[in-house]
Formats: sequence, C-alpha cells, structure tokens
Amino acid sequence: MRFSLILSQLGQGMGRTVTIFLLTLIFSLPLGLLVAFGRMSKNRIISRLTKIYISIMRGTPLMLQLMVVYFGPFYLFGLNIGNWRFPAIIVGFSLNYAAYFAEIYRSGIESMPVGQYEAARLLGYSKMQTFFRIILPQVIKRILPAVTNEIITLVKDTSLAFSIAYAEMFTIAKQIAAAQTTMIPFVAAAVFYYVFNVLVAWIMERIEKKFAYYR
Amino acid sequence: MIYLEMNHVKKNFDDLEVLKDISLTVEEGEVVSIIGPSGSGKSTLLRCATLLETMDCGDLSYLGKKAVTMENGHSVYEKPAVLGKIRENFGLVFQNYNLFPHYNVMRNLCDAPIHVQKRQRDEVEQQAKELLYKMGLTGKEKAYPCQLSGGQCQRVAIARALMLNPKVLFFDEPTSALDPELTGEVLKVIRSLAEMHMTMVIVTHEMAFAREISDRILFMDQGVVVVEGTPKEVFSSENNRMKGFLGKFRDK
Repeated sequence: MRFSLILSQLGQGMGRTVTIFLLTLIFSLPLGLLVAFGRMSKNRIISRLTKIYISIMRGTPLMLQLMVVYFGPFYLFGLNIGNWRFPAIIVGFSLNYAAYFAEIYRSGIESMPVGQYEAARLLGYSKMQTFFRIILPQVIKRILPAVTNEIITLVKDTSLAFSIAYAEMFTIAKQIAAAQTTMIPFVAAAVFYYVFNVLVAWIMERIEKKFAYYR
Repeated sequence: MIYLEMNHVKKNFDDLEVLKDISLTVEEGEVVSIIGPSGSGKSTLLRCATLLETMDCGDLSYLGKKAVTMENGHSVYEKPAVLGKIRENFGLVFQNYNLFPHYNVMRNLCDAPIHVQKRQRDEVEQQAKELLYKMGLTGKEKAYPCQLSGGQCQRVAIARALMLNPKVLFFDEPTSALDPELTGEVLKVIRSLAEMHMTMVIVTHEMAFAREISDRILFMDQGVVVVEGTPKEVFSSENNRMKGFLGKFRDK
C-alpha cells in the first residue's frame, strides 16, 4: 500500500478525531461549570449527587463509560436508537470531561479571595453579575494551566472511541497496520497526535498571554 | 438628619462574644472614628453596619429606613430587595482595597455605575475623571491595579466607592497596609472628604489623624465601647484602659 493512500485513509479518521475533540470541548466546558455549581451548592442533596457523579466519572474507565452509554439504552431499556454510535461517543466524552472540568472550575472559584465578592456586593452587583463580571474572568486566568493539561489528555483519549468500533483515526491506523504489516500508520498516528497537541499547547499559551496583562 | 443608627448590636462567633451591646448613631456630615486594640470588634462592627456580617441582636437603619429590626430578642433582616436598596446609601473602603485586578482604573470606577445603576456611560466617565483628578490620579485611567502603589490603589478604591454617591462612607483601616508616606497620601484624600462634609465612619489606628478630623471618637475594647466623645474628651479621658491604649501618644 502506498504511503499517500495510507495517509488519505487516515485523513478521514483524523477529521472524525478532531470532531470528537471539538464537540467534547464545546459540551463539556459549560457542562463542567454547571456541575461545579452543583458541587458547591448549598443544597445538600444537589451537592451530594454531583459529588457522586464526579466520583463515578473519575473512578471508572472512560472506555467502560463509553460502552455503558452506547449499549445502555438497548440492554437496560430495550430502546433501539438508530445510529447512536457517534452521539454516544460525544455524550460519553462530554459527561466524563465535564466531571474533570468541574473540579478544575471549583478549584479556581474556591481560590478567589472573599474580598472580591464583598467589594462586588458593596457596589450592588447581583450574584449573576458578580460571577460573570468579576469572578469568572479571574477564575479562567487561574485555571488555564490545569485546563490545558486536561485538553491535551482529551486529544489522546479520542482514540478510546475505538472501544465501540467508531472509526476515528487510530482505529483506522490499527486496521491498516494489521492488514499491511507495516509500522507506517503508527508513525503517522504518533506524528498526528503530537502535532495536534503542540498546536493545542501553542493556542493555550496564546490565551494565557492574553490574560497576562494583570496579576 | 440621622444617617446611620445601630442599637444594642450583639454578635457572637461561636462562643466568642465579639460585640456586646453596641449602639452607634451618625448624623449627616459627621465624621466618626472608631479606635481600639486589635480584636476589640471594630471591624466586626463595621462589617455589621455594611451588611457583610449578620448580627445576632440589635437593629440597624439608614436615613430612617430599617435594614434590621429586633424581634423577640433577635435581629431580623429585611428582604434582599429592600437590603439592596439600603446598600445604595453606603460605601466601604477596605484595608486591602479589593480592587478588581482584571479591570483598569477607569473600569473599576465605571463598571458598577454603568451596569448596576444603569447610568449613561458619558456621564459616568465624566464623574470618574473628575474624581480621579481630585484623588491626584489623572493619567492613571488605563493603569491596572497591579501597576499602582498601595496608596494609589487605596485612592482608586475610595474613588470607586464615591462613584455611587453614597450617603455614608465607611473605612476599614484604610492605611494599615501602607507605609507612612503612602498613608499620608490617603489621609490627605480622606481629610479633603471631611472638609466637604462627607459623612464617614473610620476604623483606624492613626491616632493623630483620628484626633484631627473626627467630630466624635469611639474607643472600643473587648466588644464594648469604653469611651465615647469628642476627640478632646477621649484623648484626655482618665479611663485606665484608654490611657493604657494611648500610652505614649497621650503624653504628647
């Protein structure tokens, strides 16, 4: 098999890998904030439930979670949802990453000095205004390095989609390698992940610099 | 007109009695200083007055409007909406400024008037510029708090509080984090506010300053007001605790 052919086949998978990556971020970053609110809620039931949720998401393998999300509707409830493979991957990844992001948000929010809240209160800001105008912008600056870590992990975790036979890049790479007994797809996959992550790190560094105008 | 009235305020932190039956009335245009050793409850009193801390007993009102009433021996707070309205009557300057680090000086001053009070941007920015001029901070509009000295930060914080046109301005040890030179800058600003008859309540360790600008001084110790009166009365008080606290300062 020619090198260019291998690349073109891997290329299709790369598109899917990037799609999983982007959709997971789009859903899990806001969802994580919501989970963080739940975790910090004064309502004992809500905070307890979110704590259990986070504990399960962090305490069991993502691969297993993907299988539960994919097979669960049919095995548990007999539901037959047409082509559920791709949505199941996005749901599984988003739920899992939301739990991790939630804890990162929480660490940032709880590290904010109480004086910022008090100053905002004296100036008449509502709770929503205080959070979105005063607290969140500062929290984002604080948590960026931790978020970068998590995003880089996500790039590599996309390969777990193979577990429910979704043909993202690495699944294809393994198939080609097995069929053609060649290392080339693995090398190509490694280069792809590495370049992807260098790009992610570069973008995140740019964002960090944007926030460097104050201490 | 009575701007602030607090009666029989009590506050406990668990088993520790921080405020034991304190009353404070501040008239329009009056400058009241609260002095006393650390841990005497001065700051807690200020935090109760500014609704940052809830008191256990006692009542509180601004310009005759009740924020807290006494019912069956306990403080009862008005609904949040009412308290929100009452909050418009006062401002607070913190010991450590609590400026918003991600906003520049101008935005620190203008954000609340524009987004909370919904005032016109042009008018708000005009007011901010005038205030910065009075504070000696012209040219610092675009600076971020981290680029300013402590004295400059505190003056920005004073300007930020004044932007909302409060009736009463509270200061919680405004110069405790500053060296003598920077303290001078900030006290100068507070002095000029006193000359304009701004109603102020100041918790401070600056004895000379308190004596100079106050109409009335409260000396607090262990949760009670030990001595209260004009600066002259307080500084010549024969009360032993007062004499002990003032120490060498009194001999001058």
